[in-house]
Amino acid sequence: MRRIAIAWFVLSAILTPIVVAVIAPTLPPGNATEASSNQVFDDTVLLGIVTPIAVALGVYFAYTLIVFRRRDADPAEEGVATRDNPSIHLPWLVGTIVIVLFLAIFGTVELTDAGAGGGQGPSPAFKLSGNDVMPVQVIAQQWEFTYRYPTYGGVETAHLELPVGRKVELHVTSLDVIHSFWAPKLGVKADANPGVDNVAYVEPEEELSFEIHCSELCGLWHGYMFDTGQVVSGEAFAEWISEQQQVFAPATKVLPKYSTQYFPEPERRGG
Amino acid sequence: MSSIGGRVAAVAVAVVVVAALIGFYVANLTSSPPTVSAQSTTGNTVELTLKTEAAVGPQGGNPPWVSYLVKDDQGDWVHSTNFKVPAHSLVHVTVYQFDGESGLRNPFLSQVQGTVGDTMTVDGKLMGSIPPDEASHTFAVPQLNLIVPLPGVHEDAENQCEDGPCDLSQAHRTITFTIRTGEPGRYRWQCFVPCAAGFLAGFGGPMQTIGYMDGFLEVA
Repeated sequence: MRRIAIAWFVLSAILTPIVVAVIAPTLPPGNATEASSNQVFDDTVLLGIVTPIAVALGVYFAYTLIVFRRRDADPAEEGVATRDNPSIHLPWLVGTIVIVLFLAIFGTVELTDAGAGGGQGPSPAFKLSGNDVMPVQVIAQQWEFTYRYPTYGGVETAHLELPVGRKVELHVTSLDVIHSFWAPKLGVKADANPGVDNVAYVEPEEELSFEIHCSELCGLWHGYMFDTGQVVSGEAFAEWISEQQQVFAPATKVLPKYSTQYFPEPERRGG
Repeated sequence: MSSIGGRVAAVAVAVVVVAALIGFYVANLTSSPPTVSAQSTTGNTVELTLKTEAAVGPQGGNPPWVSYLVKDDQGDWVHSTNFKVPAHSLVHVTVYQFDGESGLRNPFLSQVQGTVGDTMTVDGKLMGSIPPDEASHTFAVPQLNLIVPLPGVHEDAENQCEDGPCDLSQAHRTITFTIRTGEPGRYRWQCFVPCAAGFLAGFGGPMQTIGYMDGFLEVA
């Protein structure tokens, strides 16, 4: 037991800092937004906890294989049953309780940070602070995402573009089946359900291109339901959205009044 | 001995059944409609001629299903949705639209996007968009930012084609547009109008099957 504890302590002392300081910060989704940065931080904390546990399992497994292996001369019989070993039970019980309670509290606290990039439904419990929040509607349908900007005349566009440093309130919905809007680099993932306004928040902190995927199996072309979005400077965004308003003026005229959810008509062909 | 013989027979039957299922899968479920090349005209210009029918009839494996068809270089209509066009070329597309109006779920798609001039002609009239409720189908290649809404035959039109094959003596709309192809690639195309009659919300059957309302545009 003592040898196992020493081996575990030494290996954990070596590996945990390496995992936390070197490996974890390089893992996806990166640091393009506050949400994605927070997800990297969360993963770092989790890896910091998991690493000593994984080391303990590995050390115990290796120790067992080496020390308790059957020698040629040993008879094939079971060992003596051991019961009621407080020196093992107590640390196991206390350690498990502490870890689980910590993760529950840590996870809850992290979720309060504007929902951590996840969809929070139509009445989000955790909102971005401040008044300068730009709403953008994400409209999913088989098999394409389009985007509507209610504060820019309700113009709808085929691609998503966001200004850097601006708080964005995404309203994710669907016109047909269940889809899911997933922009890994932004740290945002929110289900798109027909007739439901699913709110998620994001605040881009650097200019970049990011991929958008549907992450809910949604039919024939689900695998093709992807897009590339852009985070650009405020000036570039103003220029782009103005251009979109001009280009899509004919479509904007026939769009329904902006709503956080749609119940599309007609369904003449549908049953 | 008879027990062994029975087991061998059972294994043999099982092998035959599995082989038959694999054969059926390979022969029927992995098959794809033929790829039909656009007809070359002059220089880097080709013609692609399509039509849509409300029910493809005996030309297709599912006669009641709505479908696209393409004209081959012999002038025959082929039941396929896989088209081949040359890269870095102008493709003049003509669609004979025999199906009725269904309406778009998303009116945004009623605006022509991605064609030369962002326009099309409908029965000879230049248009940049159509009323969303009059859409019958779309010819859309999202990866190329191409969306062409196709207006349907009006409900009160005479001599409508209920079942394919439809011919030009019957009520139809003629839509033309031109696209400029870029780099070689295989791009999926689709209809965005929920036009699958008899399926939940119009999105099943032909809307989910290559060879009817979905296919590939092979730019080579």
